Amino acid sequence: MFNKKFFQAIALAIVFYAIVQGLIYGEVLNDYYVDTLVLLGINIILAVSLNLINGFTGQFSIGHAGFMSIGAYVSAILTVYFDLPFLVAILGGCLAAALAGLIIGLPTLRLKGDYLAIATLGFGEIIRIVWLNTEYVGGASGLNGISKYTNWTWAFFLTLVTIVVIQNIVKSTHGRAMIAVRENEIAAESMGVNVTRYKVYAFVIGAFFAGMAGALSAHYFYIIQPTSFNFMKSFEILVFVVLGGLGSTTGVVLGTILLTLLFTFLQDWPELRMIIYSLILVLTMIFRPKGLLGSVDLNKLLKKKTQPAAEKGVSS
Amino acid sequence: MEYVVQQLINGISIGSIYALIALGYTMVYGIMKLINFAHGDVFMVGAFVGYFAAKAGLGLILSLVLAMIVCALLGVIIERVAYKPLRNASRIVILITAIGVSFLLENLGIFTLGAQAKGFPDIVNKQQYHLFGGVEIDSVQVIVLVTTVVLMLLLQYIVHYTKIGKAMRAVSYDLEAARLMGINVDTTISATFFIGSALAGAAGVVFAIMYPSVDPLMGIIPGLKAFVAAVLGGIGIIPGALVGGLVLGIVETGVQSFEGMSLWRDGVAFGILILILIFKPSGLFGKNVREKV
Repeated sequence: MFNKKFFQAIALAIVFYAIVQGLIYGEVLNDYYVDTLVLLGINIILAVSLNLINGFTGQFSIGHAGFMSIGAYVSAILTVYFDLPFLVAILGGCLAAALAGLIIGLPTLRLKGDYLAIATLGFGEIIRIVWLNTEYVGGASGLNGISKYTNWTWAFFLTLVTIVVIQNIVKSTHGRAMIAVRENEIAAESMGVNVTRYKVYAFVIGAFFAGMAGALSAHYFYIIQPTSFNFMKSFEILVFVVLGGLGSTTGVVLGTILLTLLFTFLQDWPELRMIIYSLILVLTMIFRPKGLLGSVDLNKLLKKKTQPAAEKGVSS
Repeated sequence: MEYVVQQLINGISIGSIYALIALGYTMVYGIMKLINFAHGDVFMVGAFVGYFAAKAGLGLILSLVLAMIVCALLGVIIERVAYKPLRNASRIVILITAIGVSFLLENLGIFTLGAQAKGFPDIVNKQQYHLFGGVEIDSVQVIVLVTTVVLMLLLQYIVHYTKIGKAMRAVSYDLEAARLMGINVDTTISATFFIGSALAGAAGVVFAIMYPSVDPLMGIIPGLKAFVAAVLGGIGIIPGALVGGLVLGIVETGVQSFEGMSLWRDGVAFGILILILIFKPSGLFGKNVREKV
């Protein structure tokens, strides 16, 4: 993984970061664009981490907003009530979300398919109802007075970290095992893959990054409320993943960018926005059930274009 | 004691609405192995049809029948347009489609009718009947119970004593074998959606009469709870949905009746869901099916 190509990609990303940072510094990009960019980062973290659970490991979870809310609340508590530095608060949020992922994952991952989906949805809602009933974090009116620590730099680098870490996991032995679990659980088990352990791994790691996204968003929008983490939010993240293509990080990132931009673009017509959103979801499923890119990886796509002759002889 | 009986009556009346919705979930799941997320929104459409019918001056029975017909047709259209092209797709794909359809109905509702809740017109004379001691039952609760019982008997008749009911049971037992026996599977699935959605429409109207207001997002929470009821009773099993709905209604009302617990009401359903999924995923009435490789 740590080859020339990897460092090229990282260098490219940093150049991109520097250009945008320069534009923000030179006030070419106003607050509206910065808002969109930060939102893009947060959404990409959410979508890529959910993709590890849903796309690569094949476990259908629709409670991602619950983990996001844990990251948001715990990190906000750490900065508001304990005055801890932002980085510590983010880590605290991530770890709390990961712990919740472990606690929830261990019993529910015995379930399959629809049942798992409903159980995760139920847990997501329970987490929200717990926040709703906790006076310490403001109950229904939410926790406000959170300092705005998140900026383009934080959003960009944490998004980069998320993508790099998840891509690395997917390409490692563990990632192969997760894909094996997705393809055929029984076959994977008989080949010596510890199915339960890998499901829980994926779940915990996914929850960790969802917590990170939660911490970022809490420290960008000043206020967090239980209602913003309901299952509509979980579905929203799911749509990012599904539109881009379950099991393709490139696709998921593209899908997220596309939908987030569409969303920002249509923000003056909120009702119409949701109608378009749901139509996209239904039409994608009917006409392109594997998402826009399916399991195609950008690297493979480029490779195929540059050396078609070499690929032809090898059946992949 | 009287208090307990009173809460029991309240629980049964809300529980029977859950049961009516849960029947649609359970029937569709039994046949297609699909959690029809759009079902809760069909329920919402039913409530709105009832609202407009009542405003137009139609009586209770006519509003109810009209809502059932509109919802039944809507259910069939949803099935034909969104689910039928995906008959051979993976279950997750159909599940996501169902979520999409649900979103679409909700947001079309907001777009055309506005997000504000509308008060449901009085088409029933509110009256309290004293049963014994201090226990009371009001006319709305009576209507809910009577509607549920009548529809439930009708459903039992259709499923067990008609040709289409027999076909439905056959398809839910084994879709492929049913097809080989010359049963028109597509028609049977449409019929299932027709009946399930009609029940949801009826539930929508009685729900709207009970909590006299309608809004485009009203279907989400009752829909999810009804799904919990279906899982609780054993999804795919018709009597299970009835029992699950009643149990859920009673437990929920019980929790709500304690001081300071009313905000936790919605959490109860999900708590029950998690417990039942962990300890007995096949539900109260379900049988364990051995998994074969």
